[in-house]
Amino acid sequence: MTDPDDAELRERCLRVRESIVRMCANPDGGHLGGSMSMVEILVTLYHRVLRIDPAEPTAPDRDLLILSKGHGAIGLYAALAERGFFPADWLDRYAAADEPLTAHPTRAVPGVEMPTGSLGHGLSVGAGFALDFRLTGSDRRCFVILGDGELQEGSNWEAAMAASAHRLDRLVAVVDRNRLQITGPTEDAVGLEPLADRWRSFGWEVVEVDGHDLTALHTALGEAPRVSGRPTVVIAHTVKGKGLPYIEGQTRSHYARLTGKPAKRALAVLGAHRRRTEQSA
Amino acid sequence: MTITQQPPEVTGPPAVIGPPPVVAPPAPREVHRDVLIDLMARDERVVCLDSDTGLFAGVDWGAAADRYINLGIAEQNMMSVAAGLARSGRIPYVHTMATFAATRALEQVKLDIAYNEVPVRIVATHGGLSGGHYGTSHHSLEDVGVMRMLPGMTVLVPSDAATTRELDRASTYRPGPVYLRLGRSGTPDLPAGAETPEIGRARSLRAGTDVTLVASGPYPVLAALEAAGDLATVGVSAEVLEVHTVKPLDTEALVAAAEHTTGLVVVEEHWAAGGLGSAVAECVAELGLARPVRRVAVGDHFTRGRGGHRHLLAANGITAEEVAARVWEVLGR
Repeated sequence: MTDPDDAELRERCLRVRESIVRMCANPDGGHLGGSMSMVEILVTLYHRVLRIDPAEPTAPDRDLLILSKGHGAIGLYAALAERGFFPADWLDRYAAADEPLTAHPTRAVPGVEMPTGSLGHGLSVGAGFALDFRLTGSDRRCFVILGDGELQEGSNWEAAMAASAHRLDRLVAVVDRNRLQITGPTEDAVGLEPLADRWRSFGWEVVEVDGHDLTALHTALGEAPRVSGRPTVVIAHTVKGKGLPYIEGQTRSHYARLTGKPAKRALAVLGAHRRRTEQSA
Repeated sequence: MTITQQPPEVTGPPAVIGPPPVVAPPAPREVHRDVLIDLMARDERVVCLDSDTGLFAGVDWGAAADRYINLGIAEQNMMSVAAGLARSGRIPYVHTMATFAATRALEQVKLDIAYNEVPVRIVATHGGLSGGHYGTSHHSLEDVGVMRMLPGMTVLVPSDAATTRELDRASTYRPGPVYLRLGRSGTPDLPAGAETPEIGRARSLRAGTDVTLVASGPYPVLAALEAAGDLATVGVSAEVLEVHTVKPLDTEALVAAAEHTTGLVVVEEHWAAGGLGSAVAECVAELGLARPVRRVAVGDHFTRGRGGHRHLLAANGITAEEVAARVWEVLGR
């Protein structure tokens, strides 16, 4: 196995971030911050963890990924294009009339397993898939990426209870814990802490990682399930808007339209990051 | 597979001393349960999802035991789990009360089930006012309208045990989602001689030439039949059309009715807004059938009165007398 924390994955993350920034140039803008925060999660899953083949996106033995925080669609699209599920030039037509890439993902997009957008559905659907895996005796896995603000939706906790009660250990939840929602910190809205304890008390195996550390993500996601008969949640501590220091961790990163100077600035910052990385390598 | 004990009856009349009633018709959910037990044994793709309804207490599933899953009192999660199972090639049956399926878990039904066009079978008990003294929280006067709005949803409202059994079996392998609306308790059998129900086809239960009574659900059909009998004694010939499939609606049957009678009276156990009456009115208007339509349904109010199912039907105007009154309107007399 190659070192997961390698230059190749870092370059992929940079390209995904550049694609996200470019998609935010459309007249309606895009969910920038929460897409940037989960780039390492997506790249690790698509390039190191998921058993998938972009040439056969509906292969019967594939692993599944559901983006329950469907508003992170531009992050998902950038990652799917990077993995080769569809041509990169689709991204140029994000949010254009009658093109496949919409602000929330649909199954018109190769690699999208379930349409999402309304929060609090993905974990339950994932539990349904995992239940099928259990009944079938399959070693497939279903990963569900949840927003942290999304966990305020009560249906997640119905799913969390059911998944542990029915021992759905092929279900892996990944919480993009960027600590911000539209109006500000999650803890100022309806607080989620103690988040890890909450999952533990619902019967889940909890792993906490730095959500931008590719090695830690690879270990946590790759090893799941660590405990037989128990679903796993990886709480990935992330930074909203990651990659653009001038908006990192800021509420305003949630949604942005980037054209002209702001777009050039964002791409320049990412480009400079690439040059620094190459020089230090 | 056998049933080792009867499910606990949650409520019911107190025990009385004396002879039991003549054979009580089986509750439709018990009819469905037996259909499902048989199906589960024959097809490994079929999964029974329960929201702790109590319907399956004591069932010995045999080799199918791992495919009975009680997801607890959590209807939203159950709908989405069913969608995931169905996307995996399985045929999940979900069980809850009608109003919880149609309102509490509606978004999951809409987005995860209907939008994905997956073959989830939503078995909804306590339809209409059949929850009786359980009260407004357990009455479902919106479910048929809600479900028929969803693209691709088949909406079935059987009117007796035999129809329940036939439609349940006939819908197993139907593409897309199915909503099966059942009452809480057993209701009288329809008169003998009706043809075997076929999804999407209205059934004529009584021929007539003056007016067409279009009815859906056990007591509305019985009220229509009773009204037709009463009207016959005063020289009015009423056809009774049983619509057990609200969607897809048998528009051909409505066109034919409009051709040979002077108007339609729709009877259903639902709010007047959105249900079968609305569907029939839409059809009549859009096809230019130029026939008056009247609706016997619950008006723009929450359930009036308190008590058992039949009491509430009377208190809310789902009666043969009400049907006859609307018939006189249609006939202009």
